[in-house]
Formats: sequence, structure tokens, C-alpha cells
Amino acid sequence: METVLHVPAAREELAELRAGDYVYISGTIYTARDAAHKRMYESLTQGEEIPISLDGTFLYYLGPTPAREGQVIGSAGPTTSSRMDKYTPLLLRKGLAGMIGKGKRSEEVRRTIVEQRAVYFAAVGGAGALLSQCIKASEVIAYEDLGTEAIRKLTVERLPVIVIIDSEGNNLYESAVQDYLEKYGRE
Amino acid sequence: MREILAADVVAAVKKICIEANLSLAPDMVRALDDARETEKSPLGKKVLGQLQENLKLAKEAEIPICQDTGMAVFFVRLGQEVHVDGGLTEAINEGVRQGYTEGYLRKSVVGDPLLRVNTKDNTPAIIHYDVVPGEELSITIAPKGFGSENMSRQYMLKPADGVEGVRNAVLKTVNEAGPNACPPFVIGVGIGGDFELSAILAKKALTRSVEVRSSLPHIRQLEEELLRSINRLGIGPAGLGGRNTALAVNIETYATHIAGLPVAINMCCHVNRHRTVKL
Repeated sequence: METVLHVPAAREELAELRAGDYVYISGTIYTARDAAHKRMYESLTQGEEIPISLDGTFLYYLGPTPAREGQVIGSAGPTTSSRMDKYTPLLLRKGLAGMIGKGKRSEEVRRTIVEQRAVYFAAVGGAGALLSQCIKASEVIAYEDLGTEAIRKLTVERLPVIVIIDSEGNNLYESAVQDYLEKYGRE
Repeated sequence: MREILAADVVAAVKKICIEANLSLAPDMVRALDDARETEKSPLGKKVLGQLQENLKLAKEAEIPICQDTGMAVFFVRLGQEVHVDGGLTEAINEGVRQGYTEGYLRKSVVGDPLLRVNTKDNTPAIIHYDVVPGEELSITIAPKGFGSENMSRQYMLKPADGVEGVRNAVLKTVNEAGPNACPPFVIGVGIGGDFELSAILAKKALTRSVEVRSSLPHIRQLEEELLRSINRLGIGPAGLGGRNTALAVNIETYATHIAGLPVAINMCCHVNRHRTVKL
């Protein structure tokens, strides 16, 4: 199914999404990858404030290339999500609602997604030039010293993603290969 | 002795750093076109279409194909009759510094693996040197993203494991890589040598055209068999199911010890970048 999702979105709306749905995301999302996750996690575990509110927030696991003159952002595709797995359950419990990345997640992340009624999406890895065209505004809002790993606030329009883990815990990576082989065989 | 100016090396390296990140070699473009033709999964076909569109846009708008513009890995063939005025390693690193800064490429290198502070200019590069006869200097860059690098593996097999052991090691690695390493893959395999040489061979294998098979008949056969087996796994483009899990398996070999069978598998995503300049 193809659908358009305006974010931040109500949990009820996220709960309707199913693994395998093709979704165009519009609205406000934030970038964070390894180093920003580590910093947020350490602040939260020490009871300190973090620079963004996680309540209902969507994170895009992205470290872009620098923008040329006249561009909003450089190449902007997803990085591998599993490196964020250590930090993700805590962020989900603090309100994180959506994650955009690529690749498998841990069982603990999948369980916490269900518990918190969140959603994990994948964007196509290695299509950073194309995906950059969906980003209409970009501003570094925290951890500027981290360079490409800083937290950026992005305004996106119709960013194409696929639901990998839905709020019921269905996992597209587990079903898609099997479904393909059953339908088309091994040739 | 032929003199080459360090400044010429800097300029050449800067140029190939930028070019390699904006467009793929024609063999890679053709391989992706073929994959889209042969893909049976509708979603797989759609993903491959996006990759084609991405390549076109990257070239036209000068936006790097992938935001992970990699660690700058070099294979250098230095003719022994060549003298580089001012130091070759320094010149290559200066070329990387200028290429990644002035070419709007991402700086993805931390100076210490545990302290993890970004060096802010993508140096130092990783440089593999070969000293060869003659008076030519050939420099190949293969910028390597770590989404796929992280899914690479090295096995010290036993001689008794034989070709079957090699097959199993490659298939296991590909299966574990799945969606994480951005399929369809190009898979570089190094067989033989010792622990570290097998890994260097695996990386070097990635710089060979995906349309060129090994000149050794038994290795050529293994490359073809492995590609067929991998494309029966069903992982498909972006790991969402499909027949195109890999575009090519490139194998390089070297002599090894009577007691060993080292095998390294260097996974590469569909953005298999490399450029060569000869000075």
C-alpha cells in the first residue's frame, strides 16, 4: 500500500501502518547517527537534558555530505541502523516515535517498538543524491562540533520510505525474502 | 630516474577523489541496468530504478552518489624508476585533504579508533603500495563506505575445507550482510596469502571491472558458481526480496602456506567506486 504520512504524527496513525507499506513522509524530522546517539544516551542516563524533545519525534539516521552553494544539503541517504540499537530502547521509552535508516534491528529494539507503538522505516541505501531532493530545509541545531554527525532539523517533502517493523512487531526483512522465494522460486 | 612533482600527485589525487564519488565506472552502470531488466520482484525493480535515477542525478547535479564518501583507500603501483619529489604518501594525503574539502565530500575519519575525534579532512588515507618495474606511477582510489565494510569477514580455513569451505564462507557472509550492506552487492574475495594479504586481495578484487572474470579457469568457474548461488538466496535489492542480490563476485588469489587456507570476503554495496590515474 502507498500512503502519505505527515510527521510528527499521532500514535493512532502510526499504528495503522503495516510492514511493507510504501510511505511518503512530509514534515519535520531530525538527523542523528552514532555520535549524537551516544551523547543523547549518556545525557539521559545521567538525568541531564538533551537538545531535542523526543516526544513523537522522527529520527533519520543520516550524516550528509556538505551542501554546495545553492543546495539545501548534500547527499543524504540512510546509514545502517543496527549501530544505534544499543541506544534506541531508551530513546523509544522517552518518546521517539519513528526511525528511518536501513538494515536489521535487534530483538530488543523490535520489542520496544511494539511496547511504545513506534515504527521503523528504511530508505533506500546508496541513493543519497536522489533522497536529498526531498529535503527542503536543513539546520544544525545541536552538537555542531560533531560535523556530519551533528543533529539537524530537516523539513522533508515526500521522502520515500518503506515500513520495515510496524507497531505490532511485524518485520519486513523476515517476510520479504521468503515471500519472494515462494512467489518466484530460486531462478 | 624519472622525476614526478608532488604537486602533480596532489592534483591528480584530488581529481580522482571527487570523480570517484560522483559517477561509477561504465561496467557498474551497465550491471545495474541489467539488474533492473532481469529483476522479477516489483519492489526490487522499483529500488533499482531509484538507483539508476540516483546515478544520473549525482553526475548531473554533482551530488555524491552516496553520503558515505568513504575512507580513501588507494592501490599504488610505483615504478621503481620513479622518484617523487617531496614524498608520495604526503602528496596522496594532501590530495585527499583537498579533494574531500573542496569537492564537498563527507569527512568520515576519526583520528583514533577509541577516542573517536573526527580529523575533519578525511585523512589519513589507507595506501597499499606495490613496487613494480618501469617508470610509471599508477594510483587507484577505491573510496569505501563502512555500511558494507562492517559486514566483511575473514576466515582462516583449513586446507581440508577446500573449495567447499570457501563457498560456505562466502554464502554465510552474504546472508549475514543482508539488507545492512546495501545489495545488490559486488563481492571481493581474497583466497590464499596469509591473514592480512587475503583481506588486501579481497579489497583489490573490488577494483576489477565486474565484467572481467578471473584468468584462472578454476577461479573463473568459482566466481560464476558463487554468483549463481548468491542470486538464488532471494535477498534482492535493498534486502526486500528479489533475484539481484549480487552483481559480481571477483576473486583474487595468492600462494599460501601448506597449513592454511585464508579467505577474506570484502562486501561492497552497489556503489562500488574506483578511479585510476597514471602519471
